[in-house]
Amino acid sequence: MSEALKVTTMADYLAKGEVPEILFWVGCAGSFDDRAKKITKAIVKILNHANVKFAVLGTEESCTGDPAKRAGNEFLFQMQAMTNITVLNGYEIKKIVTGCPHCFNTLKNEYPSLGGNYEVIHHTQLLQELLDSKRITIEGGSFKGKKITFHDPCYLGRGNDVYEAPRQVMINLDAELMEMKRSRANGLCCGAGGAQMFKEAEKGNKEVNIERTEEALSLNPDIIAVGCPFCNTMMTDGVKNFNKEQTVKVLDVAELIAQAKDL
Amino acid sequence: MISSIIFITIFFFGAIWFTINVRKIRRNILLGKEIDRKDHPAQRWKIMTLVALGQKKMFARPIPAILHLFLYTAFVITQIELIEIIYDGAVGSHRMFRPALGGFYTFLVSFIEILSVLAFIGTIAFLARRNLLKVPRLVKSELNGWPKLDANFILLGELTLICFIFMMNGADEVLYRQGLSHAQNLNDGSLGLAISSHLGPMLFGSMSQESLHIVERIGWWGHIMMVLGFLNYLPYSKHFHILLAFPNVYFSNLLAKGKFTNLESVTNEVKLMFDPNAAVPISDGTPSRFGAKDVMDLSWKQLLDSYTCTECGRCTAACPANITGKLLSPRKIMMDTRDRLTEVGKNMDANKGVFKDDGKSLLTDYITPEELWACTSCNACVQECPVNIDPLSIIIDLRRFLVMEQSAAPTELNMMFTNIENNGAPWQFAQADRLKWSNE
Repeated sequence: MSEALKVTTMADYLAKGEVPEILFWVGCAGSFDDRAKKITKAIVKILNHANVKFAVLGTEESCTGDPAKRAGNEFLFQMQAMTNITVLNGYEIKKIVTGCPHCFNTLKNEYPSLGGNYEVIHHTQLLQELLDSKRITIEGGSFKGKKITFHDPCYLGRGNDVYEAPRQVMINLDAELMEMKRSRANGLCCGAGGAQMFKEAEKGNKEVNIERTEEALSLNPDIIAVGCPFCNTMMTDGVKNFNKEQTVKVLDVAELIAQAKDL
Repeated sequence: MISSIIFITIFFFGAIWFTINVRKIRRNILLGKEIDRKDHPAQRWKIMTLVALGQKKMFARPIPAILHLFLYTAFVITQIELIEIIYDGAVGSHRMFRPALGGFYTFLVSFIEILSVLAFIGTIAFLARRNLLKVPRLVKSELNGWPKLDANFILLGELTLICFIFMMNGADEVLYRQGLSHAQNLNDGSLGLAISSHLGPMLFGSMSQESLHIVERIGWWGHIMMVLGFLNYLPYSKHFHILLAFPNVYFSNLLAKGKFTNLESVTNEVKLMFDPNAAVPISDGTPSRFGAKDVMDLSWKQLLDSYTCTECGRCTAACPANITGKLLSPRKIMMDTRDRLTEVGKNMDANKGVFKDDGKSLLTDYITPEELWACTSCNACVQECPVNIDPLSIIIDLRRFLVMEQSAAPTELNMMFTNIENNGAPWQFAQADRLKWSNE
């Protein structure tokens, strides 16, 4: 089913004297985490399929500094930001799509005052653009009648008021979309934000991801859809905790679209 | 005449005392660092109209929103009647505006009476929610002691106040019917007020003339004394939100909630690290602290937030850390900030207006690192707050102090920092391997 991924770096574009439409900011999870790499590949497959001329930074990409900033290490954040801005401005980057709401938020909101001004969108927003402009089309199929519930990532939803793009994209799947009681602006965090992903939780009586997965599972969904590699990890662990991994899949919105198109 | 003098004296001292306390709170708030929240005035007026005046965010929870609306509108509209009461008290007249305003007067006071009954019902419901139904967010541990008492005092005070209103109007109605009221007799047979024209005769109909006059005066004086007492209680209470909600919403953060501030002091340092000849503002010699250790390190808006908080606990009820039993409660962050600021203010009062180091600080003495490290920075608390308080920004500023001034991050986070520094990723992977996924 799948052909080889076509991935071109910014350096290659520069060497060819060409300018890509958009830079795909892969992110650390998307580059290194085994589960998140599948999301990255799904995004690339869709971009390839839609003939989007995109670039990646490859080895020139570095952490945006988001986890450092949320953990209180403003020094490290700004060091990372300035390093990245030097690279991005060097390539005269105008538009960026990210595979992660944390990179999205940081690049979009926290880089401008440090000299990095770009149009930044989340990959669900790009998917919506591609669908709206008919650069990709989905004819009903593999997800027809499947029950899907979307877990809002905090830094996409509350953080940046993007609630509709992922939902609008999923409408094309012809599936049954269900909302959890706590959704959109009232969505409950998966537990990974604020650098929690990189540490043990403080003492409590429950893990946040268990609380959230419980809520999702109460709808008896076939799929829990996410838009963030960290939410993906947390929800996947939650589903495993309830021994439901055979019946309930945790998938990124990009993976749903790639699968619907059999990419 | 004597009563006028007594009234004017009490009113005068009440107003002075209130002003003194408000000025102290203002001084305390201005101990905070400068932050620009005066941009986009049109947008600010709009958000204040919707969120503060219009109670927009309250309606996320319809039942308390409606109960609160009863109290809120009763409180706001009653202020109109207060003008007459103050006037009457000062010159010794009685229902001075009734002859001139006629039917409009009857309508207005009737409207206030109906709202007062609704407020009475609302207050009973609020007391029940706190003390009988024990709504979870209203009985959490940070409310033990004074905060719980404070909440009940206010509610009981409101009940008493409303009782006084109906004593005043009810007894006056009976007197008026007998031609004995001090209000000017317009030969209309009744004051015609919506509630007290029924309630008055029912409760006080069989009383003697003297008793009626006594009840009416107790009602009148009780009402105005409660108002003055309430006014002067406000600066000591969480209930100060009725005044600060408006400016606090006006000065809201208008930017995306996900956007955290970039510390300028850090930017200057980082620029110098990249380029020793970089043009950065020259330091004035006082080394600034990175992040916040005490209330003076926070911005005036964060301090205004703390005085605006009325401890409703919507933030805490939505906090993923709190829901899962962690120590963190965003409400407690706000209460601690206010309590520490009040302590600093008292310290200044006792030391001729200058803060004398008391060896304490907001961080550790009030808020512990365990609370701070439980935060997922999800913004649910910020989203929930009906008056746009931002507990998250305080949490992050305190974390910044822990990390940058004390190197006191949890070990795993220090490892994450090291990884970012060395590999450009929070995990131990080589930057050179960043594109490996493309051909795996």
